Amino acid sequence: MNTLDISRWQFGIITIYHFLFVPITIGLSAIVACYQTAWLRTGTESYLRLTKFFGKLFLINFAIGVATGIVQEFQFGMNWSEYSRFVGDVFGAPLAMEGLLAFFLESTFLGLWIFGWDRLPRRIHLACIWIVHVGTLLSAYFILAANSWMQHPVGYALNPKTHRAELKDIGAVLFNSTQLVTFPHTISACFLTGGAFVLGIGLWQLMRAKTPDVDRVMYRNAARVGAWVSLVSGALVAITGDLQGKIMTEQQPMKMAAAEALYNTRSGASFSLFTIGSLDGKHEIWSLRLPKLLSFLATGSFNGKVDGINQIQAAYVERYGPGSYLPVVPATYWSFRLMIGLGVLAMLVAAATLWATRRGRQPRSRLLFASALVIPVLPVAANSFGWLFTEMGRQPWAVFGVLSTRDGVSPGVSPGAALTSLLALTVLYAVLAVVEFGLLAKYIRAGADPYAEPADLSLRDLAASGSAGEDADRPLTFAY
Amino acid sequence: MDLGIVWFCLIALLWIGYFTLEGFDFGVGMLLPVLGRTETERRVVVNTIGPLWDGNEVWLLVAGGATFAAFPEWYAAMFSGFFLPLLVIVLALIVRGLAFEYRAKRDSPRWKARWDAVIITGSLIPALLWGVAFGNIVRGVRLGPDQVLQGSVLDLLNPYALLGGLTTLLLFLTHGAMFLALKTTGDIQVRARRLSDQVGLAAAVVAVAFLAWSFALRGSPGSAVLSVIAAGALVAGLVASRLGRDGWAFLGTFVTIGAAVAALFTGLYPDVLPSRLNDAWSLTVTNAASSAYTLKIMTIVAVAFTPLVLLYQGWSYWVFRRRIGTQHIPAAPASGPPAAPAHSPAVR
Repeated sequence: MNTLDISRWQFGIITIYHFLFVPITIGLSAIVACYQTAWLRTGTESYLRLTKFFGKLFLINFAIGVATGIVQEFQFGMNWSEYSRFVGDVFGAPLAMEGLLAFFLESTFLGLWIFGWDRLPRRIHLACIWIVHVGTLLSAYFILAANSWMQHPVGYALNPKTHRAELKDIGAVLFNSTQLVTFPHTISACFLTGGAFVLGIGLWQLMRAKTPDVDRVMYRNAARVGAWVSLVSGALVAITGDLQGKIMTEQQPMKMAAAEALYNTRSGASFSLFTIGSLDGKHEIWSLRLPKLLSFLATGSFNGKVDGINQIQAAYVERYGPGSYLPVVPATYWSFRLMIGLGVLAMLVAAATLWATRRGRQPRSRLLFASALVIPVLPVAANSFGWLFTEMGRQPWAVFGVLSTRDGVSPGVSPGAALTSLLALTVLYAVLAVVEFGLLAKYIRAGADPYAEPADLSLRDLAASGSAGEDADRPLTFAY
Repeated sequence: MDLGIVWFCLIALLWIGYFTLEGFDFGVGMLLPVLGRTETERRVVVNTIGPLWDGNEVWLLVAGGATFAAFPEWYAAMFSGFFLPLLVIVLALIVRGLAFEYRAKRDSPRWKARWDAVIITGSLIPALLWGVAFGNIVRGVRLGPDQVLQGSVLDLLNPYALLGGLTTLLLFLTHGAMFLALKTTGDIQVRARRLSDQVGLAAAVVAVAFLAWSFALRGSPGSAVLSVIAAGALVAGLVASRLGRDGWAFLGTFVTIGAAVAALFTGLYPDVLPSRLNDAWSLTVTNAASSAYTLKIMTIVAVAFTPLVLLYQGWSYWVFRRRIGTQHIPAAPASGPPAAPAHSPAVR
């Protein structure tokens, strides 16, 4: 293998891995913040218990998201130096803004939230978790703006002297048409992920025999809140995904053609739910098809014309010169279906949960109990397939129509060094996954802690807490 | 004014922020086994930086992002050229960050001992390697005409750069000890003061040697003044520590690290990554910079938001300003309910 292939594997593995945790962080921080708000407004004890219970799971997740985020930023320079050189002027700007506007907010206010239970007035402490959530949204916005620019480069010009892309209009980059549909799509998916997480864990605690009966009301609330969040955000994922599909067809027609393995241009094109046989357009054995759906997804009209891979390839050769402009079709075909299918499945479980718990009912279905443990995984996997689809579907381009992935790799990095990095990170990540999973399982099983009233401090207490007062030796409420 | 110069200064400022802040939490991490002799004492040590270390680390991420945006050529050449050392640093930072969050999550001594080992090595490795990396930047690297680093990773392990590594290691150790003396009470504080006196002397000798060598390699009047300030602040800090003035002592190492980083950047100017092979191949604030438009946008963003960041990060330091000792550590760490505070109305 050469440095290019190794670097591509590394980028794929560590980015997918990082994004296993990010959506949980974004979705869960909002739900935790909502529970804490509800507790502060109503004084209901179970809301505080759920805040702390899901807060703990949130922190276990957040830690690994933060830790794996460092590589994300460094690897552009390390493995993709030619890419960095070429796009830094444009792509670096949102990345730097992400650090300055989002990372500082998230990390500082998360520290305040974790350790602030008995040191901050309640309202200020509550504000901290909301600020963390806003930080995660800002972070997502900037990094998705950077990615959207790779999908649909705008607001730049090529400088023939330096052979670099130069930024001409920051507004165009930050409000790229691709970004305006990608951000809501991704964020809705994050809420679906966070909702399914809360739903699955709440449902599992609600249904298992060991849970104390007095706590079932609380977990029922969590299961239903999670289910509603999943359903509503799932619907938003579908709507925004549909808008995204139409924009993608316009901007990257090859990706849409590859999503269906549609080799020849057709009007009223059907959408196959799955296909048995090779996806090279020659050896299809059997497929289950929904008539005209692809045309609708791509163009908004059931009789719309969808360009085929062969025609687009011919057009690209004319525009960009000889070469293959095909992504790996089986990868795009299946990841597109798995993304949609797993997301829909998560919504179905959410609907089933709402039905089974309606009007105070205690659900009994064994199937539902079994699916409680699976449901948090469904949107997580759907997210991964979504990224696989959108990134692999853009190939062979790193920046669509401007810079090929091949031309972006670091010329000075040897295959040996790149392989060392790939192996070290993959092995480390595998170990961390086991550790993280073990911790989550432990704290999920332990359930919510009993209620304990946090201190109710005033601003004056906060100002005085530095000096040694009468309770200077009082233990901290929380310490690592 | 040329915005390239502004961004050179801003990136220097970000590195100053990173080293002065994460420097002490690296030191605290390395000192964990020395100053924390019992489990409760180790928890005191970890909790002095618990709410702060993550915010400190962000300075690095922003320095990286700012270099990417403002000097893409510098970012590309440096990050790909220092591939293996950066990989080691990244691996160390990943596990170290998790260790703070995860060590309290199980009650087993073996689990805690393992994460302690991670905190110690995860703090030591970057504390050493950042100095080696900066030493190599100041010394110059084998940068070819295509702006690709030539030669092997062993070229980076030269005596000057290694002295740089030793300097950051010892300075961060002293800085961490000063921080612990400022933030703890009881035995840990006594030990931290004693230790900062001893390590501080070694750090002073090594740091002066490194700064002098740096001046000889790439000196300017500005870097000389800053080097003298760094050395003077260190001596003043050590004296303050002897007198039991923990706050002044910590300020001393804080200024030392900040002035030393500033001295290196001042000496480097106008280069950002000098080539040892041919002066014409060096990357400078001019030939490595982004377009004027990008720099202008980034300047507006930086001017608008950096003060805000300083304000709220400073506030979080103020909230957690109280000293802690073994008596403040609650019995049940992460599992189990938090102890109800004494003056709260609802006691279980």
